[in-house]
Amino acid sequence: MVKVVDMGDYIIEMLNITKKFPGVVANDNITLKLKRGEIHALLGENGAGKSTLMSVLFGLYQPDSGEIRKNGQVVKINNPNDANALGIGMVHQHFKLVEIFTVLENIILGVEPSKMGFIQKNEARKKVMELSEKYGLRVDPDAYIEDITVGMQQRVEILKMLYRDNEILIFDEPTAVLTPQEIRELLQIMKGFAREGKSILFITHKLNEIMEVADRCTVLRKGKLIGTVNVKDTTKEELSRMMVGRDISFSVNKKEKKPGKVVLSVRNLNVVSKIHGKNVVKNVSFDVRAGEIVCIAGIDGNGQTEIVNAITGLEKPTSGKIMLNGHDITRASIRERSIRGMSHIPEDRHKHGLVLDYKLEENLVLQRYWQPEFQNRGFIKFDSVRKYAEKLIEKFDIRSGQGPVTIVRSMSGGNQQKAIIAREIDKDHDLLIAVQPTRGLDIGAIEYVHKQLVERRDAGKAVLLVSLELDEVMDISDRILVIYGGEIVGELNPKTTTMEELGLYMSGAKRDVVKEINDAGEE
Amino acid sequence: MQERNSLLNKTKFNLKDITDNSVFSSFLSALLAIFLGLIFGFIVMLVAAPANALTGFRLIVLGGFRRIGDVFYFATPILMTGLSVGFAFKMGLFNIGASGQYTMGMFFALYVGFMWDLPDSIHWIVACIAGFIGGMLWGIIPGLFKALLNVNEVITSIMFNYIGMYLVDMLIQGNSVMYVSDKTRTRYLPAEVQIPSLGIPNSNVNLGIILAIIIGIILYIVLQKTIFGYELKATGYNRFASEYAGMKGKRNIIITMAIAGGLSGLGGAFAILAPSAIAGSSMTYEPINIIAANGFNGIAVALLGNAHPIGTIFSAVFISHIQRGGTLASLVGYKPEIIDVVIAVIIYFSAFSMIMNSAFIGFIKRYFGKGKKDFDDNMDNEIKEAE
Repeated sequence: MVKVVDMGDYIIEMLNITKKFPGVVANDNITLKLKRGEIHALLGENGAGKSTLMSVLFGLYQPDSGEIRKNGQVVKINNPNDANALGIGMVHQHFKLVEIFTVLENIILGVEPSKMGFIQKNEARKKVMELSEKYGLRVDPDAYIEDITVGMQQRVEILKMLYRDNEILIFDEPTAVLTPQEIRELLQIMKGFAREGKSILFITHKLNEIMEVADRCTVLRKGKLIGTVNVKDTTKEELSRMMVGRDISFSVNKKEKKPGKVVLSVRNLNVVSKIHGKNVVKNVSFDVRAGEIVCIAGIDGNGQTEIVNAITGLEKPTSGKIMLNGHDITRASIRERSIRGMSHIPEDRHKHGLVLDYKLEENLVLQRYWQPEFQNRGFIKFDSVRKYAEKLIEKFDIRSGQGPVTIVRSMSGGNQQKAIIAREIDKDHDLLIAVQPTRGLDIGAIEYVHKQLVERRDAGKAVLLVSLELDEVMDISDRILVIYGGEIVGELNPKTTTMEELGLYMSGAKRDVVKEINDAGEE
Repeated sequence: MQERNSLLNKTKFNLKDITDNSVFSSFLSALLAIFLGLIFGFIVMLVAAPANALTGFRLIVLGGFRRIGDVFYFATPILMTGLSVGFAFKMGLFNIGASGQYTMGMFFALYVGFMWDLPDSIHWIVACIAGFIGGMLWGIIPGLFKALLNVNEVITSIMFNYIGMYLVDMLIQGNSVMYVSDKTRTRYLPAEVQIPSLGIPNSNVNLGIILAIIIGIILYIVLQKTIFGYELKATGYNRFASEYAGMKGKRNIIITMAIAGGLSGLGGAFAILAPSAIAGSSMTYEPINIIAANGFNGIAVALLGNAHPIGTIFSAVFISHIQRGGTLASLVGYKPEIIDVVIAVIIYFSAFSMIMNSAFIGFIKRYFGKGKKDFDDNMDNEIKEAE
């Protein structure tokens, strides 16, 4: 069912692009045509070849065959500088900013206006402020990147493109790191660009966003072009079918389940931030029972990360008590917590979850390599490791180029996350802590993660979920704890509450007197 | 038909298997880097003294083969410091203090050699162990600072190079049993404290090189096969993930620096306890306020060997080989300084092996890989025709 809508004036044409990597054809004869002034979504699961295709356009990879045309002329893009010269700019999923430079310095990096070797910052500042005002991209030009929010960092990346007078803007999963409010704002800004006549390529797997802003959508699956459709003639269901190749259930099937005994209990927890020395978790108390999914919901940066770090042992709490299965683990080592039955799917899978330069099999035993099953007098039993890895790869459907010996860095984000989930779920545990487990994943993988979490709950495990996605919070949790400013401001039942009410709690507009509930429940 | 295909597949020389092999590719790139280094070294010699350039260059490149014993003798200490730097590097630590650890190891070995009265059969062994302990002490201190106070190990270990060197010079000058003040060097060590010679004529080469190679192999096994090696490399690759996995990062930093220091110290012991080819003499230490060059050479050795213990063995022998050849080049009128420059150029380019790695392998794949595919296609066609 290849549908192609083809007419009008194209600013960029990528014709029959093929790009192979060892063991995989990342782009197989793909054609993508971008009209002037349109927002063109590029949809596909992780590993479908979206990023490769955009890297070809941006000059990071050379295609094995096929050609790129701009305004009908064949062009050769050997590196990002060539792309820049052609007016192509890109906001990468992982921002490329110098942390210790200011916003202004980052924007002009590489194209600094100078006189006799001296940077003319005032000139640059004027241009940046003009752009910032014109498009509503609020930034503080003198703030350092390491001090500003992710949303503002993204605005800096966008300003970088505008400062270079780019007319073709590539956004690689721009909303993955943003809060709902920031997403709304970004989509408005993108619409503004399109009205100005700029052409936008929007890589995403969030169907709602495509329906909201995109004019046309090109769908890739497993390196192949599935089709290009007009967004106003299609539906979410059709797009997801094109993307995944089968029907996707948007809601989670969950049986009724009565919670059992208390597995994790947190009392009067206070954590002082390592970064700015302020108290970011204030007197937080809650319980998680066996067979329930408790979700901590809130806007990013309200203390969720610190609560989890204190529970998992990555950060020391200043006061309070954490009990796991009746044992006080407030000061226990990370290894002890793990042995006592804690599994942890970390927020940042690249920073904490994986050793990217290790093989897949080495990563799959990261929590267990020291156990008798995998070692003999200090020597690792590599044959057991291999067997175990093969078992997990099979069971959890982890896909990679070379199986157990694949270097994890070369795997797609979704499969990296699957590897972490496989490792943490297969390990003996009573409590599973999952922090934004679906961040940056596509629909197929999100469905998979949700299924696994619910399965854990049904298997009688306690699950603590931290999430910024409201849909996810409402769909899979049994209880919602809303956090605002480091305090739990409300406990909600997803069956009886609404998105709007949840939003009010999350933004701090509404709060319950939760402390008394906790004190009453403590005896 | 099917049988024939499977047979064909067996006999096919699969280039891809080899180019995808990381050990092969890093070895090849090291060779290529060395080759480039030699070319530039030759250019320097041409500029310095064109008339003798060819003879001199031949001496540098091939001269080492004439004195193979000395090549291995001089490779011993830099192999040990190279292993030391490479081992710490696997953990993500830059042990620039190999010189200080080397000097301390030397002093401890000397002290045991002169001051302790031990049976002949084990005297040199105890002296070597003392050298290991001396270096370990000097490695463990920066390790403790790093682990407990998060002080950068580069700064502390550089400072400990100076502290170690001056301390040893002072202690030796103050010890009349060890020091001959009118010759500004230590006395000759008695022959029974010296490491057994391998008996190659006109050479000091001794059991030390064998021990050093064995240690290199042991380190390889530790890094590849043990839990400690697994943790160490994981920490080196990603400190946060190792912490998340419950590894004791601080303890591992201290242990790694202790072992790294010990290896350098052992290098110092091997150097000072080496037998001398001149009867009745031995190696001596001159307390003249100079930081031991063998420590810094160890950094070059480790880099050229890609911090891989086995690679380090080869790179130590190579650098020693070039240095031996260099001393021969003075026979045709090259000043020692020029020879040092040439050697430095060669080593400098050799360190580019990392860059070579990706570029060269890419080149092979692009050109030879394509040719191979055509060849396979032809084969397939032939098979079809046969049908």
